[in-house]
Amino acid sequence: MTKYVCGVCGYVYDPDKGDDDGGIPAGTSFEKLPDDWACPVCGASKDEFSPE
Amino acid sequence: MSNIYSAIKISDHVYWVGAIDWTIRDFHGYTTPRGSTYNAYLIMADKITLIDTVKAPFKDEMLSRISSVVDPSKIKYIISNHSEMDHSGCLPEVIDMIKPEKVFASAIGVKTLKELFHNEHEIIPVADGERLSLGNMELTFMETRMIHWPDSMFSYLAKDELLFSQDAFGMHLASLERFTDEIPQATLEYEAATYYANIVLPYSAVVLKALDKVSATGWKINIIAPDHGTVWRKDLGKILELYSKWAGQKPTVKAVVVYATMWHSTEKMAGAISEALAGEGIKVRLLSMNETHRSEVVYEVLNAGALIVGSSTLNNNILPQMADVMTYLKGLKPANLIGAAFGSYGWSGESVRHLEEMLKEMKVEIAAPSVSTKHVPDTAVLAKCQELGKTIAASLLKRINDTR
Repeated sequence: MTKYVCGVCGYVYDPDKGDDDGGIPAGTSFEKLPDDWACPVCGASKDEFSPE
Repeated sequence: MSNIYSAIKISDHVYWVGAIDWTIRDFHGYTTPRGSTYNAYLIMADKITLIDTVKAPFKDEMLSRISSVVDPSKIKYIISNHSEMDHSGCLPEVIDMIKPEKVFASAIGVKTLKELFHNEHEIIPVADGERLSLGNMELTFMETRMIHWPDSMFSYLAKDELLFSQDAFGMHLASLERFTDEIPQATLEYEAATYYANIVLPYSAVVLKALDKVSATGWKINIIAPDHGTVWRKDLGKILELYSKWAGQKPTVKAVVVYATMWHSTEKMAGAISEALAGEGIKVRLLSMNETHRSEVVYEVLNAGALIVGSSTLNNNILPQMADVMTYLKGLKPANLIGAAFGSYGWSGESVRHLEEMLKEMKVEIAAPSVSTKHVPDTAVLAKCQELGKTIAASLLKRINDTR
């Protein structure tokens, strides 16, 4: 699954790891993240992300 | 008129040419009882370079300090390490006045400066790791995104073994002393910690990575020159160690009890909880939001392991002073905390539930059942509060033991 990078702060969303703090289990693809999911580092919205 | 402002030499080729703001007390919601400084630095290289500028009203003070060393129009390069207006406010005017050959910022800095000033000045983006020759010496740039804005970067001057760290390692402290080793140790640690807690805390994970990134460069650093407060030239390990400790957010044997009260009932409950915690060997800070500033609370939370919050119910809600501090704390994202909520009410009693929900949103683990009481707490209610304190104490001590 493709990793996605936050265009604001450079955080990388890794589907293999998920986002524990945001309640996203490991194995969740970027596309499956809820629309209101936000970057755990800077709070940017999903549309700020691009494939790594 | 004679020039009352002088530059201060901080290394072989670098001068501090910033401004001292003795009177600022409110930094976007963070109280700064000792004022602050906006630090700009002048590198006397072949290409004379200015690192950052100052808040707009302090432009003349900065230019006066520069003039004590060199005619400002001789400046060839300006570097903006951080676009926030306390460091860039006078940048457009300074560019117009001294007409430097080039102005540099990080790629995001270029965009941010455009969004701030909406002018035609050309700012050249520099990449992470890029080097810039100043003729007889060079600067190396390092992106430090989210410490504490997306645009933030460090600049390293190998010739003087000096790191320009913008807001990192800074503090709000107005002084005529320019070096940290000239400031009393207790003042220094308090102001550096308060600054970390109020500005840098939400980006602690990024700080840990940045510390690794800096150490991986192999840069020899003898001086750290931040954008606020004094310059570090001795004992650099100490501030790096403190940043690493604060960013690590490991719980300590300390609980912060924060509350707001209407008719002293919630206050009595806070007292019972605090006494019980202390009885179990926990260090307690008891803070009434009727008297305490939010900045002080986050300073105390920085090294705490538990956060216990209380409020009376006012019009089906928490008291506004508590809403203030809870909003502030939530944004600053303190980590690894356990907690509980308590409060008194007159008829409906929503405050405790609201506080508990807020703690959960902040990822604070609720480690004891909340206590609420109608009007004045009686002996039985105060016993419940003591029980809450003891439960939190046991849970905190276990946590600390487990993480050892």
